[in-house]
Amino acid sequence: MALLHTVNKSPFESNTFDTCLGLAKDGSTILLIEDGVYAATTGHSVAEKIKNASGISFAVLGPDLQARGLEDKLADGIKVVDYEGFVNLVTEHDSVQSWL
Amino acid sequence: MSVKKFMYINRKAPYGTIYALEALEVVLIGAAFDQDVSLAFIGDGVYQLTKGQNTEAIGQKNFSPTYSALGDYDVNKIYVEKESLEERGLTLDDLQHLVWEDEDDDWAEKDSIRLVSRAELTDVLDEQDVILSF
Amino acid sequence: MKFSIQVNEGPYQHEAADTAYQFARAALAAGHEIFRIFFYHDGVNNATRLAVPPQDDRNISAQWTALAKEHDLDMVVCIAAAQRRGLMDADEAKRQGLDADNIAEGFRISGLGQLIEAGIESDRLVVFGD
Repeated sequence: MALLHTVNKSPFESNTFDTCLGLAKDGSTILLIEDGVYAATTGHSVAEKIKNASGISFAVLGPDLQARGLEDKLADGIKVVDYEGFVNLVTEHDSVQSWL
Repeated sequence: MSVKKFMYINRKAPYGTIYALEALEVVLIGAAFDQDVSLAFIGDGVYQLTKGQNTEAIGQKNFSPTYSALGDYDVNKIYVEKESLEERGLTLDDLQHLVWEDEDDDWAEKDSIRLVSRAELTDVLDEQDVILSF
Repeated sequence: MKFSIQVNEGPYQHEAADTAYQFARAALAAGHEIFRIFFYHDGVNNATRLAVPPQDDRNISAQWTALAKEHDLDMVVCIAAAQRRGLMDADEAKRQGLDADNIAEGFRISGLGQLIEAGIESDRLVVFGD
């Protein structure tokens, strides 16, 4: 079973991102959406956490990045998807866990 | 009707927001559908299960007694994350003692709460078919 | 695939309602089926008929109504959550002796069992909330 996890909170505002990271199994994917996209930017300790979580795939919802003016601050190795890509991620994984 | 593994995720403290109460309402209704139900209490969600809640002065309904009825609804897989308790200075003793009666074992009373580590809970979550978050 | 969606938050207050809507549109555009959209907690407020948001911004309730009409979607508002928050259809208002109802077209009020059923019958259930 591979889960798709979504995180919609800024990692600087709440512990949701950390909680998700702590409970996501290797082989799963974490999709950052809404305010969660801030975790996908560079220059902070969260970027290090993402780099170190080598067993997990990271993706970010492009529209939410664009809305927040973050496109040129995107960290390497994080796949940008649109809503169609979001839907595809859901179909490609066995189940979805929304971290709110 | 196929049987799916339903997991209810509880990460929020009671009373500050309505999520704890309304999540419990889903669990109770969901119990009638004979699915393979588990609950997980993670982070501040562990506070939902503490003993001694007295809501008179805040004017809200104290719904904590409802957790002890879960066993009667065949909801008896209640995962509590150990690290979440420890981070909050809590132990199992601070939580309600939730039990269920196993009809396959002469109605023996058993503990519903399964204290699990983050690593163990990771595996449990990974097996779920339908995950409801509130 | 058959999707169901759970919306936990009201319009505008949180992005959840927007993300859920965009997700639903994308799923339908890709040829998937949406079994049910279930509105819970403050999500029931997506179903108001009485919202008058600024003209230069999206009308979330109207968007849901239009999407449901175009694709014949089943949009369910939880009765318990709706009663708490004062979201009424005509029958429920009459039953409760209230002088008005406020539910928008395309939404129906029903029980939490509809959410569980959605989880059972769908291939994927995706939750949007806070």
